[in-house]
Amino acid sequence: MKKRFPLVAILTALFAASFFIVPLIATFYFSLKMVRGELGFAAYASVFGSAAFLQTISYSTVASLIAIVIGAVIIVPTAYWVRLKVPHLRPVVEFISLLPLIVPPVVLVFGYIRLFGSSSWLPLTTTATGTDILLVIGYVVLSMPYMFRAVDNGMAAIDIATLTEAAESLGASRLRTIALVIFPNVRAAIISGAFLTFSISLGEFVLASLLNRPAFGPYLVQLGQDRAYEPAALAIMAFGFTWACMALMQLFATRKPGQRWLPRLTKPAAQRTTP
Amino acid sequence: MTFLSISNAVKTFGSNTVVKGFDLAVDKGEFVSFLGPSGCGKTTVLRMIAGFERPTSGRIMIDGRDVTDIAPNKRRIGMVFQAYALFPNMNVAGNIGFGLKIAGMGRAEIDARVQEMLDLIGLSHLAERFPYEMSGGQQQRVALARALAPKPQVLLLDEPLSALDAKIRVSLRSEIREIQRRLGITTVFVTHDQEEAMSISDRIVVMNGGRADQIGTPSEIYNRPTTRFVANFVGTLNTFDVTVVDPGRGHVSLEDQALMLHASPLSAKAGETLSIALRPEALRLGRCDTHEATLPARIEDVHFMGSIIRLRVMMAGVSVSLDTFNRPDMPTPLPGSMIEVSLSGKQAIVLRG
Ligand SMILES: Nc1ncnc2c1ncn2[C@@H]1O[C@H](COP(=O)(O)OP(=O)(O)OP(=O)(O)O)[C@@H](O)[C@H]1O
Ligand SMILES: [Mg+2]
Repeated sequence: MKKRFPLVAILTALFAASFFIVPLIATFYFSLKMVRGELGFAAYASVFGSAAFLQTISYSTVASLIAIVIGAVIIVPTAYWVRLKVPHLRPVVEFISLLPLIVPPVVLVFGYIRLFGSSSWLPLTTTATGTDILLVIGYVVLSMPYMFRAVDNGMAAIDIATLTEAAESLGASRLRTIALVIFPNVRAAIISGAFLTFSISLGEFVLASLLNRPAFGPYLVQLGQDRAYEPAALAIMAFGFTWACMALMQLFATRKPGQRWLPRLTKPAAQRTTP
Repeated sequence: MTFLSISNAVKTFGSNTVVKGFDLAVDKGEFVSFLGPSGCGKTTVLRMIAGFERPTSGRIMIDGRDVTDIAPNKRRIGMVFQAYALFPNMNVAGNIGFGLKIAGMGRAEIDARVQEMLDLIGLSHLAERFPYEMSGGQQQRVALARALAPKPQVLLLDEPLSALDAKIRVSLRSEIREIQRRLGITTVFVTHDQEEAMSISDRIVVMNGGRADQIGTPSEIYNRPTTRFVANFVGTLNTFDVTVVDPGRGHVSLEDQALMLHASPLSAKAGETLSIALRPEALRLGRCDTHEATLPARIEDVHFMGSIIRLRVMMAGVSVSLDTFNRPDMPTPLPGSMIEVSLSGKQAIVLRG
């Protein structure tokens, strides 16, 4: 049967895409017009030239990376334990991991301020480092739904119960089993979760602003109020960055163990020889 | 000398007792199979030996050491699973070397031992392959090598061949047996395939409902099954209920026909019911001088098997298999027709329970 040219489908797709592409092009065009009468990257140069930009983005990057590590160290063993020992409680744990999507960050941060304020049992907010810690913990909490989902799905793809027993019968303790068998096999999932965590916490505003940390989110908002062209340039860059993250996520998620990053030049010995 | 022993092991899950007092003593270097239908507790007993399940009561000893309360990673057992369970993130060499690395062996020593194991399973050329790049048979051989590499005291295999296709199943089982013989490793092999168990085991444990129904060599299990369950499960045997007439002389009756059993005196008293079993080849079509009893039978089904014909007939209220030679000069037996079948008590097997 000859396939007909899917004209209607293509037109629909183009129409839908235009909602997304037209504003993007408009913003990009606007970001190029900082110098009157010519198109150029002056707005971009201005962003990169600003000390505040560099300071806030490095602060947020470090905070996000720490949040990712802490998140992975908490979530991976938890998801593993739940799947291995109390599989019937998995829906409960999943619901708990989704709470940050239900409870607004404002509530979370006011809870923190009350719990760890100057008159509390653990006055974290009285020092800069203490508040940094609170911010990172907040990021861990906010990223939990994504991290847990990613890791839990990663674990669903392998038979963790049997792999654990195989490792144990070979003499491995629980800790070594997690480190040598479970972690490497859900690495792709952890990395997906990490990219999501990174993109969430990098632009996060509420926590950083209410805890009064010099993070990238509050800087973005401030810039949007003060300037015209730079926010447009930042929006375009953020867009590019997000897509780069997604592409990397895809790359990690689909890579098989032992596979090269680039195709081998010589033909791999892929034929099966013996049954 | 007993190397592995399980004494009076019981395992209860909630209110469900799945292993009900299991006893077994395995000698060093012996190959023992657990044979039984699905759900009879084979895997559960194996997992208790491995330490993945703790017996509700009973003890497990390996080489004179009570391991009942010892964690699986301290038991020095090798385990092979039905689904291979190779570590997906490691290549063949990495998988085989895993246990050695855990044991803290040096790099050079690990490499040498891995090479030795690869030679043993004949997969030296695949050392760099990852599990997803190999066939099921290759993966299972790697799993075997991985289990054997740290020189375990006991090798446990839970239906290692069930996921493979028929031809590889047969070749790999003899390969497993040969490797086991060469290494002299005490082995417990779980299967629900009687032919598999018969062909590779020193002894077979036929399990039924959480108990060992009979433990014996393949020929003992086949030729002298002691229970009705074993008789039915292993090979084709026809079982009959007979009434004891004179236990001292082994005299019983089946449908008012007298039979003299080989095994006398009988454990049952006069008037009690006893189960006996007869192989298809021990039943004769028609009257016969050497067979003391003759019963009427109705042919249900006829299978031509070349030189012999296997008939399924209804006699003494039970459906029975019997073999007869194919004789072109005689009329072919037809389903539905009535015939006479002779049987002799001397060839009967007396079943307990
Ligand atoms: N963890 C468990 N919790 C509850 N019941 C269990 C558990 N493991 C096994 N059982 C039950 O114990 C019984 C015996 O199981 P087991 O796996 O030992 O059987 P098996 O002989 O290996 O069967 P198969 O040939 O199907 O593998 C089954 O009825 C099973 O449902
Ligand atoms: Mg089983």
